[in-house]
Amino acid sequence: MQPVVDIRGLTKRFGDREVLRGLDLAVPAGVCFGVLGPNGAGKTTLLRALLGLTPVSGGEIRVFGESMPVAGRAVRARCGVVPQADNLDPDFTVIENLRVYAGYFGLSAVAVADRIRELLAFVELTDRADAPIATLSGGMKRRLTMARALINRPELIILDEPTTGLDPQVRRMIWARLRALREQGRTLLLTTHYMDEAERLCDELVIIDHGQILERGSPRDLIRKHVEPEVLEVRGKVEQAGSALANSADTRIELIGDIHYCYTRDARSLLATLEQHRELTFLHRPSSLEDVFLKLTGHELRD
Amino acid sequence: MQNTLRPRFRHAAFAIWARNMLVLRKMMGPSIVINLGEPLLYMVGLGFGLGLYIGGQMDMPYLTFLASGFLAASAMNTATFEALFGVFTRMVPQKSYDAMLASPIEIADILAGEILYCATKSVIHGTGILVVATLLGAVSGWQALWVLPILFLVGLTFASLALIMTAFASSYAYFSYYTTLVMMPLMMLSGVFFPVSVLPEVMQNILYGLPLIHAVQLVRPLMAGLPVTDVALHLSVLVAYGVVGYLIGVRLVRKRLSV
Repeated sequence: MQPVVDIRGLTKRFGDREVLRGLDLAVPAGVCFGVLGPNGAGKTTLLRALLGLTPVSGGEIRVFGESMPVAGRAVRARCGVVPQADNLDPDFTVIENLRVYAGYFGLSAVAVADRIRELLAFVELTDRADAPIATLSGGMKRRLTMARALINRPELIILDEPTTGLDPQVRRMIWARLRALREQGRTLLLTTHYMDEAERLCDELVIIDHGQILERGSPRDLIRKHVEPEVLEVRGKVEQAGSALANSADTRIELIGDIHYCYTRDARSLLATLEQHRELTFLHRPSSLEDVFLKLTGHELRD
Repeated sequence: MQNTLRPRFRHAAFAIWARNMLVLRKMMGPSIVINLGEPLLYMVGLGFGLGLYIGGQMDMPYLTFLASGFLAASAMNTATFEALFGVFTRMVPQKSYDAMLASPIEIADILAGEILYCATKSVIHGTGILVVATLLGAVSGWQALWVLPILFLVGLTFASLALIMTAFASSYAYFSYYTTLVMMPLMMLSGVFFPVSVLPEVMQNILYGLPLIHAVQLVRPLMAGLPVTDVALHLSVLVAYGVVGYLIGVRLVRKRLSV
């Protein structure tokens, strides 16, 4: 089957700074696809390019088989976008925001009346329908933005860091809704730098950095491929921990700040060692996508 | 690529116009006071007061002269202010355009909708002034209603020109240059308050190359019940400024937002 998004050799330069460097990406229909990367990796630029909102420096973008940005209008009519920063219309109430936005898609208020009722229920904002935007919490705004993105029954939903800055309750609620949308057969394309989010939601993902794809696959495959299954995070005086862990065989140890991350296939001997070092505290957990991410993108800070 | 870059008028512009009209409707109360109060002050103050001194030196009462000039200038002012402050607010701090651009709407549509709205505001404001002027006896007859479509065109022209400024602006403070250096001189010299014939000829020639004087010369005879002359010339200057302003504006805003 034809991929919903098909990107080949995409490059984008801002002056002499290269933000995307020959990116190849195919998003199959009906999956939740993640684009992961540190800040400044090129995630948002990628999404803007694929919606035809920014001219590209090279490469080819096809969405629904149509060439972008030439087919921009037709393609965007079939997409829903949840941007990173809320841009709800502050001049309107909740329901007016949805009505006015429907107008941008050429849908009349009468035609979308039922749809709006449905969407408000879907994001649990029915009782706030007439509330002005200024009175909404961050979580409510995000949910409304999500409802707004669904007004045109999009086949492809694009979400740029959908749960950044939200509390755990709202995040879980949004995840549940996104899974429901995928169940309905829609394609989801989301960027995030929350690895737990990607692990929970994405069927497939790419990790990008410096405008290039570092790795692609399912979260489980990537974890299996790149990191040992178990992790011990050891905390304590750096020298003490260092000497205690010095002789551990079959363990890959990374020191980040004051924590030793010990990646291993079998943690039993390490646990026995740590039993004898009461001055050290530790956390034993299965390895996660975050470990893969840090291994691939490095530890230095980004902004 | 080419066909997405050439601005053309599309139905989508009305969605933007409708959005703005919905906001306007919410603020109808306060805006009626401003729409009627301001022209009333001008016409009573200047028209009657100053008119006493100027008396019958023209082919029409000074009140009619002033009201008609003021009407044309107010169409310019209303549209310009909306296209500066209103458009900037929606484009920059509110990020409304970002939301619109995620739909099938494009920048050319947004700006077409914006100038349609600015021109609509000019007509609404102008209607208020026309009513006040009629009540004060400054309007000679029904043919004065023809000024309403003229005001719409004047609104389109000046809104389009203001878009160029807005596209460049980094903050609201920037707009004072335009209002002080462009709008004020235009308003003072384009025959709004006194006939341009008293100005040196060089000055008159310059003024005829600028749009406001043409708006004044279309509106004034319609208000005074006199024959309108050089209609085609006046209309073409207004249309030309509008089209050029719009095309440059679209180009600049596209450059600003398509990053």
